[in-house]
Amino acid sequence: MSTRHRIRLTGTLVACAVAATLVAASCSRSSSTQTAGGTADAAQKVYVPPGQYDEFYAFVSGGFSGNMPVYALPSGRLLRDIPVFSQYPEKGWGYSEQTKPMLMTSYGFIPWDDAHHPELSQTDGIPDGRWVFVNANNTPRIARISLKTFDTEEIIEIPNSAGNHSSPFVTQNTEYTVAGTRFSVPIPQADISISEYKNRFAGSLSFIKVDSATGRMAIAFQILMPGFDYDLSHSGKGPSHGWSFFTSYNSEGAHTLLEKNASQRDKDFIAAINWKQAEQCVADGKAVVTPSRYYHNVMGENQVATSEVLTSTKVLTPATCPGMVYYLPTPKSPHGVDVNPSGEFIAAGGKLASVIPVHSFAKMMKAIEGKSFEGEVSGIPVLKYDEIISCEVKEPGLGPLHTEFDDKGNGYTSMFLSSEVVKWRVSDCTVLDRLPTYYSLGHIMIPGGDSRKPWGKYLLAMNKITKDRYLPTGPELNQAAQLIDISGDKMQMLLDFPTIGEPHYAQGIPASVIKDNQVRTYPLADNKDPFGSKSEKEANVVRKGNRVDISMTAIRSHFVPDNIEGIQVGDSVYFHITNLEQDWDVPHGFAVTGAHNSELLIMPGQTRTIAWVPERIGVFPFYCTDFCSALHQEMQGYIRVSPKGGAPAIAFNAPK
Amino acid sequence: MKTTSRILVAVAALSLATLFVAPMWRVDLQAPQYPEGLGLRIWINQIRGATPNGLNSINGLNHYIGMKAIEPDQIPELRFMPYVVIGLMLGGLLVAGLGKRGLLYAYLGVFFVIAMAGLYDFWRWEYDYGHNLDPTAAIRITGMSYQPPLIGGKQLLNFHATSWPDVGGWAAIVAVSLVVVAALIEWRASRAASRSLPAVAATNGLVGGIRA
Repeated sequence: MSTRHRIRLTGTLVACAVAATLVAASCSRSSSTQTAGGTADAAQKVYVPPGQYDEFYAFVSGGFSGNMPVYALPSGRLLRDIPVFSQYPEKGWGYSEQTKPMLMTSYGFIPWDDAHHPELSQTDGIPDGRWVFVNANNTPRIARISLKTFDTEEIIEIPNSAGNHSSPFVTQNTEYTVAGTRFSVPIPQADISISEYKNRFAGSLSFIKVDSATGRMAIAFQILMPGFDYDLSHSGKGPSHGWSFFTSYNSEGAHTLLEKNASQRDKDFIAAINWKQAEQCVADGKAVVTPSRYYHNVMGENQVATSEVLTSTKVLTPATCPGMVYYLPTPKSPHGVDVNPSGEFIAAGGKLASVIPVHSFAKMMKAIEGKSFEGEVSGIPVLKYDEIISCEVKEPGLGPLHTEFDDKGNGYTSMFLSSEVVKWRVSDCTVLDRLPTYYSLGHIMIPGGDSRKPWGKYLLAMNKITKDRYLPTGPELNQAAQLIDISGDKMQMLLDFPTIGEPHYAQGIPASVIKDNQVRTYPLADNKDPFGSKSEKEANVVRKGNRVDISMTAIRSHFVPDNIEGIQVGDSVYFHITNLEQDWDVPHGFAVTGAHNSELLIMPGQTRTIAWVPERIGVFPFYCTDFCSALHQEMQGYIRVSPKGGAPAIAFNAPK
Repeated sequence: MKTTSRILVAVAALSLATLFVAPMWRVDLQAPQYPEGLGLRIWINQIRGATPNGLNSINGLNHYIGMKAIEPDQIPELRFMPYVVIGLMLGGLLVAGLGKRGLLYAYLGVFFVIAMAGLYDFWRWEYDYGHNLDPTAAIRITGMSYQPPLIGGKQLLNFHATSWPDVGGWAAIVAVSLVVVAALIEWRASRAASRSLPAVAATNGLVGGIRA
C-alpha cells in the first residue's frame, strides 16, 4: 500500500508539472467556471450599508503579530485587534504595570509570540460565545480572551512542551483545551546530544481543564508520547466525545533536515487519545507528579493582572494507562485533523498525500474492541488502516491541509500547492466543486465549521502568499484572505481583503450570540486598583524614598492634578491614571515626554499605570493621547523635575 | 356625593401610587454622538440618568458651559415630595370615604395648587441650572442660556432637548382629571338638586345621603 501511495503522489506531481508547462492552468482538473470574483452579484452579497451590522464575527489569528484581529463578515471590516502575546504600545498592553504580569513566563518577560489557532468555547459542541482561546507556538502558552470585553483575561504557560502548535482545540463542553508539542525535546529538559533524538526526545500532549463558570485554566494532566512532531488537533463530539485526535509527522524520528528526513514514510499517525480513560488513570493515581515550573497569569476583576508560579504537573504515559492512546496510520505527514459535525468522521490533511483519508470513528472503536492492530509503536497499538478508513477523497488536489464542514454533509479542504478549496461529500468522498484561491491556501474557516453546528454560508480562505492581489507595498505584503459563498452547489468568490500578521486558522460565530453581551464601561465604584482614585478628591502624590506614586484622574477634558512639582532626576515615578468617565467609548490616553515605554489607553472606570524615570531636569508636559472631547487639546499638564537632592517638597493641585 | 364620583376620587388617589414606581418627568437629550440616548428621569424622590451613569455624563457635559452639577442630594424637594403625594392620596381616600361634596371641591383646589406649585418649582430649578452659569466656563455664548423646556422641545447647542411627563406624571394628570370629572358630576348634581330636591334624594338614596 505504501508503494501505491507513493506512486500515486509522484504521478500527480508529474502530471501537474507537465500541465503547468503546457498551459497556465492549475492542477485542479476543475469543472469550476468561477472567475476571480468581482461581479455585481458578489458585491451585493458583501455590502453592509453604513450603520448596519455584519452577520458574523470572525476571530482571526494574527500569527507572528501575536495578536488576534477581529473581522466582521461578510464585509471584511476590521473591528478590533486584540493584544494577546505581544506587547502592544497602542493599548499599553505589556507596558502598563497592570498588564505586564500577563506576559510573564518561566523564561521571564516575553514581549512577543506567534499566535496560531483561535478556538471558541463550546457548549454541547456548539460555539457559545463566552471565550476564545488561542495558542502561543514559540514559548508554549494558551490565552483565554473574554468575549464580553474582547480583552485577554488569562495566559497559562505549558511546561514540558516546545512549539505549542496542536492547540488550543476544546472538547465538546470546553471541559478541556489541549496543547501538544510540535517539537519534541528532552522531557525533562537535559543537556544531551541532539543525536540522541530517537531515544531521549519526547512529545507531550497536555489537557488543560477549563472552569465552566469562570473559564480559569489549570493543567489537569500531560501525556508523554514518542518523540514525533504533534502538529494539529481536534476533539471528538457526539459519539466521539471523550476522544481527542492529534496528527503527527516525523514518525521517522529525524532531528536534522526534516523536510527530507521526516518525509520518508508513507504514513504517519493520528494519535487518538481517550481522555476519559486518562481522567480515570489520574483518578486511580497512575499519574506521576513531576516537578516543573510554569506561569499562570490572570487579569483580575479589579483589572490588575497577577502571576502565579506553579511547580508540578501530573504526567501519564501510554504504558501506565492502557487504552488511553491508539495510533491511526494516516498518509503522509498529516497536518490538519478535523472531525465532522456528527462526530463520526475524522479527515486528515496529509501535506504530501495524494488522497484525503476519512477515518470512521465507529470503525475505529470496532477495531479497538477487536484488537485489530497491525503492530505497536513504543507500546502504543497501531490500528489497521483498512479497517478504520471510511473512504478516501481521490485526486483532491495537491497539498491538502485543513478541512472545515458545512451543515449539508460536505467537507471543504484547503489545498496549499494547488491553491484552491475543494468541496467534497463526507459520506462517500466524492469531489463536488473546487475554487482557486490567491495564493497558496493555508487555513480555511466556516463559522462553526469545526463544531456540531456549522453556519454554512461563508468560507474564509486565508492564504500564505499575496503577490499581486492588492496595490503593491514594497517587499513586504500583508497576507490575503478571500471570502467565498458556500450556500449554493457551486462556491462563489465574493471578497478579497488583506489581513494582519499571518492568520493561522480562525473562528466565526453569528454576531447575535455575543454582540449584546458587551461590557461598555468598568464600574468606577468597583475599581479596586490600589492606586486608583474614584474621584478628583482622591487624587494624590506620595513620595516614599525615590518612588513617587501619582494617583491622577482623567475626565473630559482635564487631569487632576495637572501641575506636579517636587520630582527629582532618577526618581521612579508611577503615573496611576484613573479614567473617571462612565460613558461608553470615552477612553483617555496618557503620555509623558521621554518615557521609555508606551502610552496608556485607559477605558472608563479603569486605572492604568505607567512607570517613568526622569533623566533630566526641566518641566515636562503630559497629555491625553485619545481625542476625547472638543477640549482634548487642552487636556494636558506639567511635571517639574529638579536635580537629585535639590527638589522642593512634593506639591500638586487637586481639590481637597 | 354620588357613588360614581366617590369611586372616581378613590381611583384618582390610588393612581397617584404610580409616582412611587415610575418617574414623574423625563428630559431627553439627543445628539449624534449619543446613539444610545442621554437623559434624565425625575422621580418624586430622586433624579436618575435615563441610562446607567447618564446623570454623570450629563454633569460631565454641563461643566463645559459652566452649569452646576445636578446633585439630587442637594434638592430638598426630593425629600418632602413623597410625603406630599402620600398626603394627596390619603386626602383623596378621605374625600371618597366621607362623600362630602364640599370636601371634594376643597381637595380639587389643593391638588391643583400643589400641581401648579410643582410645575413652577421644576421651572425654577430649570431656570437656575440654565442661567446661573460659571462665568469662567470654557464655552460662553453671549445671550445663550441652557434652560431646558418645561414641556416640549428646544435646541441647546448640539443637543435637542425634550421634556415631557413620564409614566408617573401621566398618572398624576389622569388623577387630577378624574377629580375634575368627579367635581363636575357633583356640581351638576347639586344644580339639579337645587331644582328638584326630592328627585335627587331618591336617586342618591342612602349612599349619597341627603345634603344640598
